[in-house]
Amino acid sequence: MNLQSVKTIYLAEMARSLRTVLQSVISPVISTSLYFVVFGAAIGTRISEVDGVSYGAFIVPGLIMLMLLTQSVSNASFGIFFPRFSGSIYEILSAPISYFEIVLGFVGAAATKSVILGLIVLATASLFVPFSIAHPGIMLLFLVLTALTFSLLGFIIGIWADGFEKLQLVPLLVITPLTFLGGTFYSIDMLPPFWQAVTLINPVVYLVSGFRWSFYGMGDVSIWASLAMIMLFLGICLVVVNVIFRSGYRLKP
Amino acid sequence: MSDTPVIAVEGLSKVYDGGFQALKEVDLAIRRGEIFALLGPNGAGKTTLISVICGLVNASAGHVSVDGYDNVRHFREARSRIGLVPQELTSEAFSTVWDTVSFSRGLFGKPRDPVHIEKVLKSLSLWDKRRNRLITLSGGMKRRVLIAKALAHEPEILFLDEPTAGVDVELRRDMWEVVRGLRDNGVTIILTTHYIEEAEEMADRIGVIRAGELVLVEEKHELMRKLGRKELTLHLREPLTTVPERLAHHDLRLADDGHALVYTYDGRHNGDDDQAGIADLLADLEEAGIHFKDLHTRQSSLEEIFVSLVREKA
Repeated sequence: MNLQSVKTIYLAEMARSLRTVLQSVISPVISTSLYFVVFGAAIGTRISEVDGVSYGAFIVPGLIMLMLLTQSVSNASFGIFFPRFSGSIYEILSAPISYFEIVLGFVGAAATKSVILGLIVLATASLFVPFSIAHPGIMLLFLVLTALTFSLLGFIIGIWADGFEKLQLVPLLVITPLTFLGGTFYSIDMLPPFWQAVTLINPVVYLVSGFRWSFYGMGDVSIWASLAMIMLFLGICLVVVNVIFRSGYRLKP
Repeated sequence: MSDTPVIAVEGLSKVYDGGFQALKEVDLAIRRGEIFALLGPNGAGKTTLISVICGLVNASAGHVSVDGYDNVRHFREARSRIGLVPQELTSEAFSTVWDTVSFSRGLFGKPRDPVHIEKVLKSLSLWDKRRNRLITLSGGMKRRVLIAKALAHEPEILFLDEPTAGVDVELRRDMWEVVRGLRDNGVTIILTTHYIEEAEEMADRIGVIRAGELVLVEEKHELMRKLGRKELTLHLREPLTTVPERLAHHDLRLADDGHALVYTYDGRHNGDDDQAGIADLLADLEEAGIHFKDLHTRQSSLEEIFVSLVREKA
């Protein structure tokens, strides 16, 4: 294991977000605050409790998940897409490091950023509504696993994308809708039975539900189903990344 | 030890996905400590060859070993010995010179060494620019940065893919200076170039690649001696319309509207035959009553040799 190289990529990626600290940190904080103003204060006051939790508190885990998914995907996809786009990837590919180490550096940095942002959003949320965290350990586990998984997904997108349009396409067309339809702002019990069944094929439902369970001890699906799902996604992403590197897809002709 | 090649390329072929064959069973041995120039027209396979050796392109067939290490199975050992300066000016636009060069060192697994980085930056006249962002640098400065990046991890082998394309004279001279300094420190250098004068001035050995095949590998001096033609040009007092009959057995042609006679002879046998040839020619001219006011000789440059080689095989 070439730890020096992994550390170098990791720190360079972290430094990149420090240079762009405004869009990296401030914009998610602002957008989360806006969600709270709109959904928590404006709409939430008209909605009574959901499953015994005030609506404002109910949406906190969902909002963090929403932010975690979009930030993980965009950070990681941009992190690997940019050197491909500028051509400076030649250096990484000619360095004495394995594919695993490349992924560890890039995805590790993207996931770290997302976790930090998740915690920042959590802190921001506490300014708006009072809430409690029943299982902080599980909460952190979900935070880390989700950040890791979706950073891997972002890494895959960053390799697959051959232009800025594609880079935006998946987050815009896939991640955001799945998150909004994934019980971020509501309990899926609120849906008609047919749509409840449809929703269960949405992977994000399991993430949001499991994450919410770690806060309030209840979710739309069982915590085990949620954990199994996130592990399954993680596994799938690892397999895909592995296939990409073995085949040299989009990296090595 | 010095006899074993530092890079051994065996039966290397590359067929790209589209079916284009960029390399055809290339065999090449690079000697430790030499400057090797790879010449060839655009699209001949120079960059592909370098890319396969450096691990940027997968070979379709064949092997590459670097200092005895297979570049696929033992890629860590092989790649850690190599520094690559790519043809394209690529860079992380927003980081600083110092950061990007330090990054390269770390990427190759070497511990931080500000003293070495400082030395590299100074040798490339980049020290004053170390805090500048790459995006603010001129093309020539970016080229220097790419070289500094390649040298950051103290490689034993340096690949320069068209290092002086689009670079001004001063920078080119600086670069040659750096390259010579590296060679003096035992670094093996492989460069591709369009500027034949560069190969002529710098290289110990020359390889010519054409349509994916290594057409020739030769010591530079040997190559120039073997293939170099010499020309003797006589500037005549009175212009001629044709080469006189009695001079026809000499290899002569008229130039400059009959104001000059050009005698071509083989530089190969540095020796007696040709000098006899010149003496005969001069005697014959005297007899024919042709007088000249000036004469000069020249040896064909590598460029002419190269052009004729590439044409000949085409």
